[in-house]
Amino acid sequence: MYVVVVGGGKVGLNLARELIRNGQEVTLIESDRRAYLRIEQELEHAIQYGDGTELWVLERAGIQRADLVVAVTGDDEDNILICQVAKEKYLCERIIARCNNPRNLQHFKLLGIQPAVSATDLILNLIEHEVPGHGLVHLLDLPDEQLEIIEVEVVAGAPAAGRRVADIELPEGSLIISVLPRGGAGFVPKPDTVIDPGDEVLVVLDPGLERAITEQFAPNGRPG
Amino acid sequence: MSVLDEDPLSHERLDAGQQTTWEDAGGRFTVGTAIEIDALLAAGIEECDMFIAATRGDNTNILVAQIAQKRFGVKRVVVRVLDPARADWYGEQGLDTICAVKLGIEMFEKAVAEAAA
Repeated sequence: MYVVVVGGGKVGLNLARELIRNGQEVTLIESDRRAYLRIEQELEHAIQYGDGTELWVLERAGIQRADLVVAVTGDDEDNILICQVAKEKYLCERIIARCNNPRNLQHFKLLGIQPAVSATDLILNLIEHEVPGHGLVHLLDLPDEQLEIIEVEVVAGAPAAGRRVADIELPEGSLIISVLPRGGAGFVPKPDTVIDPGDEVLVVLDPGLERAITEQFAPNGRPG
Repeated sequence: MSVLDEDPLSHERLDAGQQTTWEDAGGRFTVGTAIEIDALLAAGIEECDMFIAATRGDNTNILVAQIAQKRFGVKRVVVRVLDPARADWYGEQGLDTICAVKLGIEMFEKAVAEAAA
């Protein structure tokens, strides 16, 4: 696999280092002359000097044949532009962008720059995971498998209340596996099962999706 | 006319050498960053007929122009892009780009041609 990494800061350098160690072909692009010279001591021909938002610099790095372009500069506008030209001009199939300011995440989405990785959001998600406190109970955690099962009570007025399972907008990486109606026996729902307020639902999900799940079933925290 | 700029000093520059203040002449001024949605809203992007992106950063201009076009549906968007290569490609993608470098080169070429004649 050939990977072009733009931005030789802590993220970019360590990423390039790991990819090379895993046997991948990598070109790192760094626009600061001094940083470039320092990294060149270690990475030698695997780093090029230049502004990765200039098309000729990307072309010199061989973006046309890249299987993956990773934009991890400290500037969100630059990361968006790099990924946009990688995808739309050079028809690179896979891109990954770093989002420095979580408020800019909406711009990445607007222009179809996905996935966009925000370190702030990743840490926030971990905090959500460690300190849930929003009306849900962790029934099972499988950290190695990156899966967990939670139970949440559906609040009246929540987006999911009164809707069919098929119509509930769950985040990717989550699935309703069981419905426990108030005072009734639990069952596995079908797409046309209606979720009522007061029901408890069991959801299997990737860790970190707690907040998105809560928004659907109990947006204002614990009922009552 | 509504101007959005990060630097409050730009507001004074608008008044310099004028008979009236910028506001008295009918202008608006908002201090804020171009890619902050709140700043764009405060500057009135929802009511505008035309949007000009002319900060000193090519990539900022290209991004904010696409936000104006795709998020706010502004019909007429013009973008300053200094780098000819980026100006050409984004021009082909439907952005109305103005490249001062290309215009400058043309003027120099004309001057050189005239001198040679």
